[in-house]
Amino acid sequence: MTVPYSWVMALSAAIFVIGVAGVLLRRNVLVMFMSIELMLNAVNLAFVALARRLGSMDGQVIVFFVMTVAAAEAAVGLGIIISMFRNRETVNADELNLLRW
Amino acid sequence: MPLALFIFLAALAIISSLGVVIQRNPVHSLLALVMTLLVIAVLFIGLGAVTVGFLQAIVYAGAIMVLFLFVIWLLNLQVEERPVGHLALKFFGAIAAAALVAELFLFFAHAHPTLAAKQLAPGYGSLASLASVLFKDYLVAFEATSVLLLVAVVGAVAIARRPGPSEPGASGVKTGAAS
Repeated sequence: MTVPYSWVMALSAAIFVIGVAGVLLRRNVLVMFMSIELMLNAVNLAFVALARRLGSMDGQVIVFFVMTVAAAEAAVGLGIIISMFRNRETVNADELNLLRW
Repeated sequence: MPLALFIFLAALAIISSLGVVIQRNPVHSLLALVMTLLVIAVLFIGLGAVTVGFLQAIVYAGAIMVLFLFVIWLLNLQVEERPVGHLALKFFGAIAAAALVAELFLFFAHAHPTLAAKQLAPGYGSLASLASVLFKDYLVAFEATSVLLLVAVVGAVAIARRPGPSEPGASGVKTGAAS
């Protein structure tokens, strides 16, 4: 018995929403960053499931690109976090309000 | 992929991704995230994307997560105390998350075709088939990706390094405290 692809999409949606909740609820910048990775992975799962359903390789290639962009994003984002921590000695998003109007 | 295996993996993925959000210690959050990524890698392999699944395990759960771990160690993060306030934010966040889950489940509940709808080509998901699509149809995007990675590496080094002694912002002057 095979898996209905809507189930895979539902799993992807659930993981995505957990990632959204993480960004909204947590104040630690690093954990917010991890939640973003969670959202990227949820979308990757949807891409793979739909590629399987359509029988094409294009979705998997997109996943490959998403992975690359996530690596670049992690490198730059963690650099920003290190630089921010050096200047402000905190990773709490509420205390990083220098740009707040 | 058998249905029971999928349900087991899905439960594992949801529990571990909830762990990312719920854990107070950032290292525990990160370990839960690695768990989630590995479970998703297994799901990829089960869905026929063998090469992408292994890439996920090696690049994502391996390299990127080690980068996160180094940053956590570098910043010497401790267990954060219970955050005060933000009750309204938590309340509306929970309601919005529940509404989004309900909406997406309703949306996907209307379609029930199984995954093996189309006859898959032989070698689907293999390294050769991925590479032939990647280097034929997506060659320009692939080259742009290499430029993106180069720019990201240079940018990360430029952002994260300490300014040298002869540059402005050096000698312990905090740029954030100056304003």
